[in-house]
Amino acid sequence: MTIETAASTSTASTGQPEESPLRLMWYKFRAHRLAVWSLWIIVGLYLMAIFANFLAPFDPETRTGLPYSPPSWPTVMADDGFNWPPVVYGVTSKLDMKTFKRVYTVDTTRQYPVKLFVAGDQQSWFGLFASDRHLIGVESGGAFFLMGTDALGRDVFSRVIYGSRISLSIGLVGVSISLVLGVILGGISGYFGGAIDLVVQRLIEIIQCFPSIPLWMALAAALPHDWTTVQVYFGITVILSLVGWTDLARVVRGRFLSLREEDFVMAARLAGASEARIIGKHLLPSFASHIIASVTLSIPSMILAETSLSFLGIGLTPPALSWGVLLQTAQNVNTLAISPWLLLPGGMVIITVLAFNFLGDGLRDAADPFAKERLS
Amino acid sequence: MWRFILRRLMWMIPTLVIISIISFIIIQLPPGDYLASYIARLESRGSNVDQATIDSLRMRYGLDDPLIVQYFKWLGNILLHGNFGYSFEWRLPVSQLILERLPMTFLVATASLLFAWSVALPIGIFSAVKQYSLADYFFTVLGFLGLGIPNFMLALVFLYLSNRYFGLSVGGLFSPAYLNAPWGIHKILDLLSHLWIPVIIIGTAGTAGLIRITRANVLDELRKPYVETARAKGLHPMLLILKYPVRIALNPFISSIGFILPGMISGEVIVSIVLNLPTTGPLLYSALLSQDTYLAGAFVLMLAVLTVIGVLISDILLAWLDPRIRLS
Repeated sequence: MTIETAASTSTASTGQPEESPLRLMWYKFRAHRLAVWSLWIIVGLYLMAIFANFLAPFDPETRTGLPYSPPSWPTVMADDGFNWPPVVYGVTSKLDMKTFKRVYTVDTTRQYPVKLFVAGDQQSWFGLFASDRHLIGVESGGAFFLMGTDALGRDVFSRVIYGSRISLSIGLVGVSISLVLGVILGGISGYFGGAIDLVVQRLIEIIQCFPSIPLWMALAAALPHDWTTVQVYFGITVILSLVGWTDLARVVRGRFLSLREEDFVMAARLAGASEARIIGKHLLPSFASHIIASVTLSIPSMILAETSLSFLGIGLTPPALSWGVLLQTAQNVNTLAISPWLLLPGGMVIITVLAFNFLGDGLRDAADPFAKERLS
Repeated sequence: MWRFILRRLMWMIPTLVIISIISFIIIQLPPGDYLASYIARLESRGSNVDQATIDSLRMRYGLDDPLIVQYFKWLGNILLHGNFGYSFEWRLPVSQLILERLPMTFLVATASLLFAWSVALPIGIFSAVKQYSLADYFFTVLGFLGLGIPNFMLALVFLYLSNRYFGLSVGGLFSPAYLNAPWGIHKILDLLSHLWIPVIIIGTAGTAGLIRITRANVLDELRKPYVETARAKGLHPMLLILKYPVRIALNPFISSIGFILPGMISGEVIVSIVLNLPTTGPLLYSALLSQDTYLAGAFVLMLAVLTVIGVLISDILLAWLDPRIRLS
């Protein structure tokens, strides 16, 4: 205790406050510009998921009566001049009797100004209260479809926003389950070593050389058909985590192995600390940053896996909404040929996966602020 | 070397046992045994199934035995007779269906691996030697994009573009004319003209990772004193790089097959469903949807076994390349 006070007064006397490790990490993280941008993108994406009912112009199940309508963006150049607020035009659909394709013609005489806080579909806010206000939209009749509509005339953009709830949360839930498994098994393996270590390591190797998609497909297809959406959701996450924990276990084990020999662990042991205290109080905090970085890097593969399974129709199925479920409608090449905008939900998947990858990269660099700059 | 291979082969045994257990679980997982669904299917067609037939079928497939006995029966049939069970959907022995499809899967996956390799190695070396150049950034971005785009998305985009701009369908591995033709030089050429599309689609995901690995490895080597010495002695820069740093950087490259191959097989399965290739993907998919459990289980088993063999080969290659590994 006395030593500690002495140390703190000495730094205070030099007038230079010592930087905490957390602050050092933040400095290092900030230097990775791409990672900082990615962080903001991810924050934005999750905010979008939370406030979906306010941000989406339509209810995801509202059928506008305009199936396969192409994306129509608001324009400020209406009536041969600058116009504010921007407007969208009305569209009329006609069935081409020769090709049996639906043809949309833009009707420039019908103009709908884009407004903020416009009244639209009634939305319930987490069952607490209801509101019919949407951040942006037009009065009914205008074709305000930023990403077009699907076969039933539902607005793809609104569905993408709602779909982010499942797509983004499945990564977090799945990684949490993998993390628990990984920390327990990796920790046991690294801390005790010996035969236990050997068994766990073999298990990890076996799981890692299993081609994951066929395995996931088989397990997901075996989920009972009468399960509710929520049950399927958790079933899928558990299936994904059963494979996903191995990387995290490796990181935890590696850290345990290297830290086990450190002086401060020996000191704690000599001072009579229990195993649980050493692990919980001394070891876990010292590699928490590494775990956070690895966790971030394993979220994208979870998101990709859910998207792939749902795309195939053996993960989540409608009425559940995720980006993979939305992409399922793009499975047919003939549908795709006339309405390529149905692929746009995939763009969200790519943005999310890239953002998590860059963020994870930045966090990994920042995880060890005392390490010398890596040469590469 | 032989001792290393032997030890490595011994390690494969527990791996294979666990793989077989997982595959057996997959067969057993769907609610109700497959005979029940078979009978339901027969009855829906209007045919009458009497109790005696059911009993004799149950007897034949040993469905009343405890699970562990069923497992050994199943495994024994595979190991001793090559009998993987019977596909009720196709009314064919599973082994026959698998033999038709599995070689093509392996062909596509191996070709994708070779593609990823041959693209990633030069790009990785180049990016390392010309670090922070415009080209380095370009390939880095391209690599990350490959990482972020789901395989099936790329396949869909390919489908759309070829349909839109070339008016042809890219599905399948053969032109209709060669579908049932006997193997010959023309059929092989036809196969090659179709093969490149899935190979590029599946390969890109792996390429991204491989470029990063190669680049990091070569960079690490380039900073070492021996490189400087060689350079000071006047060795031609190109020769120097290819002769020393690249050779050492190749090791992790080969060991990475171990974790890239499962990804390739996975990618092959999903891409072949989208492109409708005559490989395991579409068949596994339909087997899973119709609960043709023996077929599905056998596919998962064989895909995993093939992957394990692929990893084994990469380990042996690595040991052959690097004496430190086989002697430790």
